[in-house]
Amino acid sequence: MIEKAGMTDARKSLYFHLGLIGALFILQFILPAYHHGNLARIMVLACYAMGYNILFGYTGLLSLGHAMFFAAGMYGMGLPMVHLGWTPEPALISAIAAGVVVSAGIGFLALRTSGVSFMIVTLMFAQAGFLTILYFGEWTRGDEGFVIKQAERVMAGFDLSQPVNRYNAALILFSICLLLTIRLVHSRFGRVMIAIRENEERTHMLGYDVHFHKWMAVIMSGTMAALAGAAYALLFGYAGATFASVQYSIFPLLWVLLGGAGTALGPFVGTLFMFYLIDLSSSFTTAYMLIAGLALVLLTLFLPQGLVGEFRRKVVPWLS
Amino acid sequence: MELAPYLILGSIEGLVTAAVLALMAVGLSLVFGVMRVVNVAHGEFFMLGAVLAWFVADMIGGHPAVSFVAALFIAPVLVGSLAVVADATILKRIKYDPERTIVATIGLLYIIQQVTLMTYGSNARPVEPPFNQRISIPWFEWTESGLSMYWPWGLGTTTYKLAVIGFAVILLLAIWVLMTRTRIGLIMRATQLDRDVAQAYGINVDRVYALVFGLGAGLAALAAVLIVPIQQAHYLMGHDPLLLSFIVVIIGGLGSLAGTVVAAVLIGLSDGLISVFFTPTLAKIIATLIVTFVLIFRPSGLLGKHNP
Repeated sequence: MIEKAGMTDARKSLYFHLGLIGALFILQFILPAYHHGNLARIMVLACYAMGYNILFGYTGLLSLGHAMFFAAGMYGMGLPMVHLGWTPEPALISAIAAGVVVSAGIGFLALRTSGVSFMIVTLMFAQAGFLTILYFGEWTRGDEGFVIKQAERVMAGFDLSQPVNRYNAALILFSICLLLTIRLVHSRFGRVMIAIRENEERTHMLGYDVHFHKWMAVIMSGTMAALAGAAYALLFGYAGATFASVQYSIFPLLWVLLGGAGTALGPFVGTLFMFYLIDLSSSFTTAYMLIAGLALVLLTLFLPQGLVGEFRRKVVPWLS
Repeated sequence: MELAPYLILGSIEGLVTAAVLALMAVGLSLVFGVMRVVNVAHGEFFMLGAVLAWFVADMIGGHPAVSFVAALFIAPVLVGSLAVVADATILKRIKYDPERTIVATIGLLYIIQQVTLMTYGSNARPVEPPFNQRISIPWFEWTESGLSMYWPWGLGTTTYKLAVIGFAVILLLAIWVLMTRTRIGLIMRATQLDRDVAQAYGINVDRVYALVFGLGAGLAALAAVLIVPIQQAHYLMGHDPLLLSFIVVIIGGLGSLAGTVVAAVLIGLSDGLISVFFTPTLAKIIATLIVTFVLIFRPSGLLGKHNP
């Protein structure tokens, strides 16, 4: 879909996304407190979706188990902080390490399968991961989860429980993930990933190591998801088994599909859209997941390219 | 107290699980085999069967046997019809593309589940079994005074549980006859082997797909009606059986009906027996990991021959 991403197109796309980051920076001075808090949360969740997008949108591998990567980061951050008294800096490193190790291991095993089997294998691994968190309830507190105290959530002198610091920390993380994605898809490596999505056989025939590229895509995708999980635990001070459940594996798929798979901005747009859709509907019904279900069905039927995907197709073909 | 009585009890409970699981998994396997799609909403068809059974029993009232038999017919037919509608309005329109079907059926899962939550509520409600006599199982022990017989405390089952096992066996035989001895079974198998050739020979593939999807959902609903007097009907009850059916279908070899039944008995029995020794969570972790590794290292299942 970015078959011809010339230098100028890549530059245009970069400026467009830098403009968006600038707009998000300015928004914090305008937004009322409630939406300010929401947007910080959406940016962190969008990082999760961007991680998912690397694998699903650009490499064409549909995983139904990304919650285990998100949870690896979340617990990689939260457990050492709560039980070992670590400060956020080393805990962040342990969270990223957890993400790399889990995604490398799971990726190595799951990539022996493909297609429908890959989906089911990732789903099963995530289920085993979820149950493992419940099994070690003594430390993880299972479904109930645990709170990371406000006093411990201070990183480089910034109290990340403060709304302003939290918003800007989320924005920095969001910018890093967004720019990394754009950098990746314009690199040689990213082009091979997209080639695998478009035609795996042909890519293989052209002499590229398909299996290695897929494995690296799983690791990058899983690690970005873990980073988002770690940030969520740190910024919002909570880790719970819900974030490892099947539902949280479905969410990034939904966000990415809604926003547009294989677009850099799609994950953010999809997360934003779905967050407010659920936020609005949960004010008058407890069955708010009905909205998610309807969205999934309608998307597959009428908008397979997603919002940004359609926008790119019709208006701005140079978008990453 | 000896261990053996617990093992017997575990086996009976395991066989009940296996019976229900086999019915549900055969439905899933049929859909995968003929249509080549993974129906993630299968667990919700199961749940819907149980909930509808409660509605039917509640509306008809009277003797539990009457309302139960009514539920046994009405619930699967309604669920099957719903599945046929879903097939025509959603799956057919996305041309049964494997990945998009998974996404769409995930959506369907949430729609069915949440609509049930909005209408039926979040309570778990029981359906009375049509008959339910307790049977105590005697146990023999060699003591100083020779062989003696006694009834260990708690070692018993009910007639209803035994009937579930028997009924499931009859139904599975009926499906086998349907698939191998009837014209419609032949048509389904032809479509499974080669969709395009079947179409070239004048088989209405669209209609076969609708029938198979409805039949698969109906089987899940039927399994649920059978289990609902033992477990209660609840809007989230479809989740665990869905995962277990996936496990069964994979271990049995995707699309192989005989393999599915063997795997259901294997999984049901080991589920009953493992839970004698381990905590349920650990048992589930072990089972899930075993299945995942089977799928990774034997992609066509334990009994499957060669599958795409």
